[in-house]
Amino acid sequence: MYLDYAVPFLICFPFLIAVLLLISGKSRIGNAFARIGAVVILITSAAFFVAKLMNGFSVSDRLFTHTEIADHVILGGEILLMAVVVYLCVKYKKYWISLLSIVPTAAIVYLEQTAAAEEIEHIFLDRLAMLMVLLVGIVGSLIIIYAVGYMEGYHNHHKEVQDRRNYFLALLFMFMGAMFGFVTCASLIWLVFFWECTSVCSFLLIGYTRSDEAVNNSFRALWMNLLGGAALVCGIIYFYHTVCPTLSFRTFINIIPQMTPSIGVLALIPVFLMAFAALTKSAQLPFSTWLIGAMVAPTPSSTLLHSATMVKAGIYILIRLAPLMNGNITGTVVGFVGGLTFLAASFMAVAQSDAKKVLAMSTISNLGLMVACAGIGTPETVWACVFLMLFHAVSKSLLFQLVGAVENSLHSRDVEDFHGLLYMLPKHAMFMFIGIAGMFLAPFGMLISKWSALKGMTDADNVLTVIFIVFGSAVTSFYWSKWMGKLIAHPHKTKQVKDVTEFGEMFSFWIHALIMLLLCVAFPFVSGSYVGPMIASDDLMRYVDPALTTGTMFVLVGLLLLVFLIPLILYLTEKNNASTKKPAYMGGINTGDDNGFVDSFGEEKILWVSNYYFEDKLSIEKLMKPCQALAFAALLIIGCIMGAIALSVIGGVM
Amino acid sequence: MYKITRSPWVMHYDGSSCNGCDIEVLACLTPVYDAERFGIINTGDPMQADILLITGSINTQNAPVVKQIYSQMSDPKVVVAVGVCACTGGVFKDCYNILGGADQVIPVDVYVPGCAARPQAIIDGIVKGIGVFQERLEKLENGTLKQEEKEDTEEKKEED
Amino acid sequence: MDEMTIKMIIAICYVVFAPLIGGLLDGIGRQISARMQRRVGPPLLQPFYDLGKLLHKDPIHVSPSQNFLMLTYLFFVILTGGMIFLGMDLLLAMFLLSTAVMFLYFAAVVTGSHYSAIGAGRELLQMVAYEPCVLLTCVAFYVVSGSFETADIISGNISPIAYMPGVFVAFVFILTIKMRKSPFDISTSHHPNQEIVKGITSEIGAKNLAVYTLAEWYETVFLMGMVAMFVINKNPWSILAAVLTAFVVYFLEILIDNSSARVKSELMIKLSWTVTLVAAGGNLLVLMFMFG
Repeated sequence: MYLDYAVPFLICFPFLIAVLLLISGKSRIGNAFARIGAVVILITSAAFFVAKLMNGFSVSDRLFTHTEIADHVILGGEILLMAVVVYLCVKYKKYWISLLSIVPTAAIVYLEQTAAAEEIEHIFLDRLAMLMVLLVGIVGSLIIIYAVGYMEGYHNHHKEVQDRRNYFLALLFMFMGAMFGFVTCASLIWLVFFWECTSVCSFLLIGYTRSDEAVNNSFRALWMNLLGGAALVCGIIYFYHTVCPTLSFRTFINIIPQMTPSIGVLALIPVFLMAFAALTKSAQLPFSTWLIGAMVAPTPSSTLLHSATMVKAGIYILIRLAPLMNGNITGTVVGFVGGLTFLAASFMAVAQSDAKKVLAMSTISNLGLMVACAGIGTPETVWACVFLMLFHAVSKSLLFQLVGAVENSLHSRDVEDFHGLLYMLPKHAMFMFIGIAGMFLAPFGMLISKWSALKGMTDADNVLTVIFIVFGSAVTSFYWSKWMGKLIAHPHKTKQVKDVTEFGEMFSFWIHALIMLLLCVAFPFVSGSYVGPMIASDDLMRYVDPALTTGTMFVLVGLLLLVFLIPLILYLTEKNNASTKKPAYMGGINTGDDNGFVDSFGEEKILWVSNYYFEDKLSIEKLMKPCQALAFAALLIIGCIMGAIALSVIGGVM
Repeated sequence: MYKITRSPWVMHYDGSSCNGCDIEVLACLTPVYDAERFGIINTGDPMQADILLITGSINTQNAPVVKQIYSQMSDPKVVVAVGVCACTGGVFKDCYNILGGADQVIPVDVYVPGCAARPQAIIDGIVKGIGVFQERLEKLENGTLKQEEKEDTEEKKEED
Repeated sequence: MDEMTIKMIIAICYVVFAPLIGGLLDGIGRQISARMQRRVGPPLLQPFYDLGKLLHKDPIHVSPSQNFLMLTYLFFVILTGGMIFLGMDLLLAMFLLSTAVMFLYFAAVVTGSHYSAIGAGRELLQMVAYEPCVLLTCVAFYVVSGSFETADIISGNISPIAYMPGVFVAFVFILTIKMRKSPFDISTSHHPNQEIVKGITSEIGAKNLAVYTLAEWYETVFLMGMVAMFVINKNPWSILAAVLTAFVVYFLEILIDNSSARVKSELMIKLSWTVTLVAAGGNLLVLMFMFG
């Protein structure tokens, strides 16, 4: 069981590197620390995963039951986090936000001090936790390797921002440490600590540039996440006092279904509160605005927040809660909010031309789909949810990094400026093409998962979510394909672009693209040998029901090969076939390079076609408020119902 | 030898004209004359056209346009000049900006006279053009078409 | 004969005969259109004459990538149809079809011509308009027959249309978009001399246009196949009824084509989404109560 000590190492090591980074003054040493740290984490998490895979997952193990020292450290950490939040809130005169930190921290500290001594496990390493470790470890460290190179270019390009890159990298490391802790811990107290830790890290990352916009957005992210944290704490305290006096997360998951017959909806209240917390973290409506605001930060933090970690923390919790949400009112509302977010965010993505905003909206929308899957909570939809999460993490991380790298070379991240990117930055364009294809095209991962989600929803007889998905996925294809079209469009600019991408960044692209393709090819294998048993485990759904049969999955792999092979073969054969080049039809005289025409005054006019955006109808300003209201109403209704039931029961008792 | 005589697709270009012939060209497609009986389709896209139907005369401004449209068409291709303006310049011949008929800038295969040309005459002209079209295809497949074109352009250069 | 051989035969028959049927349907359509306009119209085999001519012309391109992109488009359209006729997963086939359409879209945007770029943009809008209905149709088939596989869908006791008339109406409605007929021929404008020339096919000529035409024929055949799927059940006689239904639907599309003018893209989306939501969505709701 020495193997399991990898977990405390993975949690503590990033914090150690963070401290080293903060104390190393010169950026060159810092860069070295960061690179080495990231590689160590990458290798450790991968090796840990493989070792665990070989040794098997014995779920009956109770790991780290005696952790007095760690408990004290975490208690201290909680108070430290609260102090940081309070200090910054006072500094920027956002006093009320500090209440969202003080009250829950006080409550959880009180709970911890008064709780009866019990021997619970603190680390929980089932397949889901290990999958998250792998995901965070690989994608997270690649992002850090990328970030080291990126910040170099960023500070050359943004002179107005104070160069605090070591602080930035330190925050990224702390974030990773917190994530490792979050996905492996089995104590509810620890869960709260790591939860708050990610919230505060993201708050600091968003505020990195210290511009007014960044500060405002970071506080918005802070209060929304702290609100979620408060709900989490309420849920835990409620659970402890009403349902079962224990602080074990595993017991939490297993006991609620047993309690439901006797105390009814009361047992669901902590589930709802926890799911509510997850909704804030996953930026679901009505809390989506913080993630859009997070775009002001330098790209690596957006990448880290959006693809691999922060937002996936919410999904992780929801997957854990999925068996508790199946077929009850909590699940229905979570499913509704998720479906609505999927549809609304994909509409809003259409109106964006800023590449990072498109990515942000698409992330929110895909998270919505995952949330809906988890909310419906049948083994089929959970299966789809896990795959959505996997494919999304890799594709989206790749896309975010590419947009950042292209922005550093092109000095723009407007999709309209990517017109003909294939001719300016061919490598980037190719990677971007693969990344986008992975997001929506058959038979790549995301589409397969979407398909299985659709099937799962149909099996769960949830018409509303089915309708959300069919409309949402049509719109999703639209905004991705118009972006793809821009990449390969005939260029109308002759300006030479200097490629400033560093080796580390390129390396990260290659790894991401390879992982993505490997995942697509190994899809049936991953499903059969890992995700299947994971969902069938006692702590999750107890049985597995893959949405796709193994036969279909192999057909998909075959199709994937065809999608690459056929164009390639045809390209090679067609290259040698005689075909006469003609100038494009322009309506006027083509100037010769298909870029423009000579108008009736004899002047050359450069002409190109911009994409459809429908800004007058689908802008965030127009759509966000009503959608938020709708989601808020749904949450409010269920909140009121649950509150009323709780009150009536308490009244009845008294 | 493959017969391609049944599917002549037409692209219509209008130069300097009174638009009389254009109306007649469109009349060909109406139910009364029904040019589609012969497989004639008015495509409006040079990439897809076999026969370039020119009405109106060539002026200094549209000369390069006509040349380019002609060059955008795929071989084998045929040019039919419809109406007296496209044949010779017609009433516009002596205008300061008029170069003359379509044959001033591109090789014309069939001349359809008339002011305006009647639909029957236009359809007849297209059908005559089909014959040339078939001949050209044979030359294209023998490989002589490109050769001839090359010689033509060389001759033209010498003339200039 | 074992199952494999039968499947091989079906596949070969489909690849060989689908373009013949598609071309004939096209020819019939053009004749019917002509008669509706009180014209004589072209000969029945006119589409084949056109195809032959296009194949014999000198191949042209504006951008060299067009050639392989168009062929890839054709390949995936054929594959989509193949999956449907071989009894495979309907939803996967439809997803594959959208991948195929992407290649057509790429072939249009690589050229730098604004006419084809506008057409390409509109093609995407068309996709947005019809995709929800197509997916809902697949879902409805799944709810009724318990499987996405076309082989299972057509072997029910009762024709699926009995359960899903609303879905059928919506599907026929979006078929007008899919078959590029007026009032929804907004991406190709199959009648000439319009504001976007030939839309997405503007820069496609000679061999590439032949490839495009072939793809259209394959598409027509499997779309009609999907219409037939609404009717076919265990009873062999239902195939006859299905073929008749397909003909009636095809005639209806031509009638709509000849009696309506092109609409704006936004109206198209509004109309098709409303019909999808009301007819198909409502029908699905009822189905889920019945079968859920």
